[in-house]
Amino acid sequence: MAGPKHIRTPLGRVLGRGAAKSGTEHFWHQRLTAVANVPLTIAALGILIALLGRNQAAAAQILGSPAVSIIMLLFVSSIIIHMRIGMAAIIEDYVHDESAKLTLLMANTFFTIAVGLAAVYGLLKLSFGL
Amino acid sequence: MVQFTLPKNSKITEGKTWPRPVGARSQREYRIYRWNPEDGRNPRVDTYYVDTGDCGPMVLDALIWIKNNVDATLTFRRSCREGICGSCSMNIDGTNTLACTKAMSDIGGPIRIYPLPHLPVVKDLVPDLTNFYAQHASIQPWLQTVSPTPQKEWKQSHEDRQKLDGLYECILCACCSTACPSYWWNSERFLGPAALLQAHRFIMDSRDEATGQRLDNLEDPFRLYRCHTIMNCTKACPKHLNPAKAIAEIKRMLVERQV
Repeated sequence: MAGPKHIRTPLGRVLGRGAAKSGTEHFWHQRLTAVANVPLTIAALGILIALLGRNQAAAAQILGSPAVSIIMLLFVSSIIIHMRIGMAAIIEDYVHDESAKLTLLMANTFFTIAVGLAAVYGLLKLSFGL
Repeated sequence: MVQFTLPKNSKITEGKTWPRPVGARSQREYRIYRWNPEDGRNPRVDTYYVDTGDCGPMVLDALIWIKNNVDATLTFRRSCREGICGSCSMNIDGTNTLACTKAMSDIGGPIRIYPLPHLPVVKDLVPDLTNFYAQHASIQPWLQTVSPTPQKEWKQSHEDRQKLDGLYECILCACCSTACPSYWWNSERFLGPAALLQAHRFIMDSRDEATGQRLDNLEDPFRLYRCHTIMNCTKACPKHLNPAKAIAEIKRMLVERQV
């Protein structure tokens, strides 16, 4: 007769490999970017409304202003960092298979970096009028 | 992935409807989860009718009445019948609470009773709390000191003692932890609101000298940070404690010690 696959005390299971001694930085950065997102999103929406219905030259002119450009760059950076942390939390919550989890966390990082850089590149290109 | 649907052998079927009490002036309908590990059948929901004129006002009174008068095989835990032992925690009318402090008059329609959610069931309304108790043990719920023990007592100011109010009253009924979706999905790694409230009780104790180690042992993406402030714990607590606030306090202390 085959015995159980694993025998461990309940406490041994709970203690496991110990505490990772991390997580606080993620928690703090999520709060930090959440607070930053409030004024940045309002400002970005305002800029977006100002851009509505304008042609590329006019859009490039508005985004060429240093203040507008910097606000948009800050907005993209803050949102991207917040998005990455949030998505990682969802993956950690629901995906229990270790290799699937690592793959998805990796994909999440790649995706946010790619999307973030694409947005920053587009903004810089427009604001420098290239 | 986490399992969102019940496995095939856990799907709940319609059970037996037990006869109504004879000569009862008023009666209440109870629909109760039944599962017996020995009969090889799926769980089912049995229907009982309780003579409210012959039984006390609480849901636990009705369960005891059913066990005494209708069906002696109905299995549930109970002890103090006054909200201090935490034995009779179960899911009543969709909420985790204590059967002994829940009045049946507070519930409209048939009273539906299930075991605490997302725990292995031992039988009927009795869940397996082994992991829950191990998690409580893991936070080392006792006073820890390095200083030599004083001859008389460890002194505590009145003000510091008050900081333990709202924490020490926890009766470990598990209503909060089993109401928490994060605990449902990750109970192997997330300590859950009950254990974290108890951890906070000792972190807040001015006499304890292991605060740093206690915080170290909680600083973990799963043990602590699976809490997403859903607040089901606070809503469910039959003792009106606030585990969500205790967890937020732990997070605040961890941020403060490094920022």
